[in-house]
Amino acid sequence: MNLPRSIDEIRSEFPILSVKVHGNPLVYLDNGATTQKPVQVLRVMDELYRTANANVHRGVHYLSDLVSERYEAARETVRAFINAPKREEVIFTAGTTSAINAIAFSFGEKFVHKNDEIIISGMEHHANIVPWQMLCERKSAKLKVIPFSDEGVLDMEVYRSLFTERTRIVAVTNASNVLGTVNPVREIIAEAHRHEVPVLIDGAQIIQHGIVDVTDMDCDFFVFSGHKIYGPNGIGVLYGKEKWLNEIPPYQGGGDMVANVTFEKTTYNELPFKFEAGTTNFTGAIGLAAALDYVSALGREALAEREQALLAKATSGLLSVGGIRIYGIAPHKVSLVSFLPGAIHQYDAGMILDKMGIAVRTGTHCAQPVMERYGITGNIRASIAFYNTEEEIETLVKGMRKVTEMFA
Amino acid sequence: MNMTLNDIQDQIIDEFSVFGDWMERYEYLIDMGRTLPPFDIIHKVPDFLIEGCQSKVWLYPSFDNGVITYTADSDALITRGIVALLVRVFSGRTPDEIISANIYFIDRIGLKENLSPTRSNGLLAMMKQMRLYALAFKSKQEHS
Repeated sequence: MNLPRSIDEIRSEFPILSVKVHGNPLVYLDNGATTQKPVQVLRVMDELYRTANANVHRGVHYLSDLVSERYEAARETVRAFINAPKREEVIFTAGTTSAINAIAFSFGEKFVHKNDEIIISGMEHHANIVPWQMLCERKSAKLKVIPFSDEGVLDMEVYRSLFTERTRIVAVTNASNVLGTVNPVREIIAEAHRHEVPVLIDGAQIIQHGIVDVTDMDCDFFVFSGHKIYGPNGIGVLYGKEKWLNEIPPYQGGGDMVANVTFEKTTYNELPFKFEAGTTNFTGAIGLAAALDYVSALGREALAEREQALLAKATSGLLSVGGIRIYGIAPHKVSLVSFLPGAIHQYDAGMILDKMGIAVRTGTHCAQPVMERYGITGNIRASIAFYNTEEEIETLVKGMRKVTEMFA
Repeated sequence: MNMTLNDIQDQIIDEFSVFGDWMERYEYLIDMGRTLPPFDIIHKVPDFLIEGCQSKVWLYPSFDNGVITYTADSDALITRGIVALLVRVFSGRTPDEIISANIYFIDRIGLKENLSPTRSNGLLAMMKQMRLYALAFKSKQEHS
């Protein structure tokens, strides 16, 4: 599958990719942490502040109307992008973390009680662990964890055995931010539904890597962040099935989320506004829609195909250095590779790579239990986006050769 | 004549001045880390671990004849090099010398970026901890 423009042309649409770092061209391989923004997104946000800035849903005046319309159009863009059945099921949040916290709080308030159980996996980001732990603490509930193999594959047999009549919700990542593993979410969801248990899917590491279809997946909640898919930061999405969103209480109170307020009683607005208290990040939402349009126009399958080719090159290149161990070798991975060069500390390696202009993430990647699982204090993660090039992957491999020499 | 704390700083600046690029500086730093005297395994406990680093740093002080001797270790070699420089500057000094020291060698040897708190390699935390030990020994000395 081909991209509609040359990769050079596409790269030129991301201004930051041409900066120099310590005198070297930037090799940005920290896309799992955040992605860079194309001018198509930057322009929309700039133009919005210049020509259409007013508060949404509040006024009768021209600008307010204009921006409200664009905000709702952004919601429709998100809906179509993840193939949600209804526009009202798309809630704008500050990001993945705030979306998970919202569900852990709201769903937890209503449906989780003493001795109930919540299932997560052993490869979750802290954002999909801590909110559930906080809920368990509040409600004296229990957290159960699906283990994974050395290769980084969830143990589905154990997963199936974790269900009891006390299981209330399952929260699992679609793709691991450390191992890259793409989890069999359809199977995970189908199994939970057999027990009439809803499932939240953390989409932070999948949304930018291919087609996401929440209807086909049949998840009950799906969350992701705008900044991981070439959009602005401070904006994210909570998709929830209407049935659940109607049943659970709002997470935050404030303006716009109410129908009627008296000092005796407040009634809540309908979906999606019930979950959007206060002035929302409407510029972020409109910027996110521009990013989704950008990705759609390039073709999600073509982008994924390119990323997979770069991943294969990075994997074989790093293995050719010698002494490098890769963490996460599941058959189906998103385009990131976590590794350690023998006994060399990830921090030492990261410092040297940085000096060469190569941006990677070092440390625990907000997933300390994964590190513990392998008995390491952290590792190095190179996370690839479609705008990366084969030459950049070669630079990374060269960089790791240099690191291995220096610390040998 | 014994070298002052600033003499040592100047000496380090001199040593680093011969290097042309960052690669040589880091290689020297790595070598410095390798020359650090062995750290007693019984002190490799959480009490002597400095928090706030991407790599682990242990720092152990002892106080004898009015001067403090520091020993240190890290699981990362660059960090071990940095802590080795600090040990070289601070070890064998009186608490007063350590407390009042003005540390200028770090940004003069091209490691300024390591001073940034966001770098989280704990250089600032290491210096702070060395000073805290100096304060503690000083007050112990005055009250004994």
